[in-house]
Amino acid sequence: MTSSALLTIILTPLLLLALATLLTWVERRLLGLWQDRHGPNRVGPGGMFQAVADGIKILFKQDWIPPFADRDVFILAPAIGMMTALLSFAVIPITMGTGIAGDLNVGLLFILAMMGLGVYAVVLAGWSSNSKFALLGGMRAAAQMISYEVFMGLALLGVVMMAGSFSLHDIVTAQAGLWFIIPQCLGFGVFLLAGIAETHRLPFDLPEGENELGAGFHTEYSGMKFGMFFIAEYAGIVLVSSLVTTLYLGGWRGPLLPPAVWFLLKTGGMVAFFILLRASLPRPRYDQLMALGWKVLLPLSLLNVMATGTILMLRASL
Amino acid sequence: MHALALLAASVTVIGAIMVITRKVAVHAVLYLVVTLLALAALLVMLGASFAAMLEIIIYAGAIMVLFVFVIMMLNLGQPDSAREKEWLRPRAWLGPGILAAIVCAELLYCISPLSGSMPSLASITAHDVGLSLFGRYVLMVELASFLLLAGLVSAFHIGRNRMENR
Repeated sequence: MTSSALLTIILTPLLLLALATLLTWVERRLLGLWQDRHGPNRVGPGGMFQAVADGIKILFKQDWIPPFADRDVFILAPAIGMMTALLSFAVIPITMGTGIAGDLNVGLLFILAMMGLGVYAVVLAGWSSNSKFALLGGMRAAAQMISYEVFMGLALLGVVMMAGSFSLHDIVTAQAGLWFIIPQCLGFGVFLLAGIAETHRLPFDLPEGENELGAGFHTEYSGMKFGMFFIAEYAGIVLVSSLVTTLYLGGWRGPLLPPAVWFLLKTGGMVAFFILLRASLPRPRYDQLMALGWKVLLPLSLLNVMATGTILMLRASL
Repeated sequence: MHALALLAASVTVIGAIMVITRKVAVHAVLYLVVTLLALAALLVMLGASFAAMLEIIIYAGAIMVLFVFVIMMLNLGQPDSAREKEWLRPRAWLGPGILAAIVCAELLYCISPLSGSMPSLASITAHDVGLSLFGRYVLMVELASFLLLAGLVSAFHIGRNRMENR
């Protein structure tokens, strides 16, 4: 292993953590803009250092583990959330040559696997806290995330069929003529909804719905352990946005500007869209969320798979 | 490569032993997840990265989460841990343990000539898996789908809302 590869492996998580921390400020400023108020604007230029101030504050808070909690699992849970979120970035191709794991031939499956393992963070946090709010939040999260993983996988099947590969590089290469958002518009919609549910962001943040569950699965968490859940959530947003960019928006492709800039622009746009959704949409009821998943998204994604397969077969036989 | 494989294999075995000896059900499930992850690492080293990813997605990511979910619903507590402790007395596991050790020794003896020369590793891609699933093993795939459909239908029958019928 060369030293530059080692440096990339060390630097990438640090960069991602800084980015996720900065996002907490970006989100509050954008929410302020869309809801016609200021948001944090006092610390530093445009309130930019608010994220740093929050970080310092949260580090100095008392880190309390409730005596009734299962201590080991309680500490393990936020670490799992953080790790799975950061590990997924290893296979994201920012440009042709970059990416820690290089061109992994099962890259997409690796990301799905990491998302699947990410469920443990929430579920174990809910279980180990040994309190009612946390338990209910954890159970909601488990059901929601397992269900939406199904539709996410099925929606991605269309992309994989068109590209003929699980490798993210090959998928971007296959979008040379036309971005997959146009032939795969149905899959794109299902994937986006599933991505929001998977990162349990508003409007699908039922596992931590404040007005019914306190803070949901992280009710008992304090200090930096809570901070880790928080940062992992923002890393999840960046992950889903960069996945949408890679799978449906042509990845690094674009005219004039260098590839990395295009990737960052598209991903940034998707992140802003996530925040806009939070600013504008109300939260559905939990049973509505599950009904939407199994009764609407599942048939739609199956239809997408069937239609894509039929068209590909017809095109191959012509 | 050999050392890494041995490391992953020993994590698998130790994890499996920890699964049996834990008294709290969730801890046992967590060790089972570790075992599955180590097994996936072994599969990657053997060139079957597709199978490894499926192992993580399906077993570690979905089935084990359902286990934790059920354990959370049952809300097991102190009495259950005490009962587990009762079951872990030597009287209960000594007989099966000896028999399992004999089988394990026999297995090790049978595969030991192979350990000298590793078989050449060919990378198995998703393409190969698909071809063999829908070529050579298509009957098995169909049978498995029958079984899954039967399970789905009966689960729906058990779980349907009977109030609507009146």
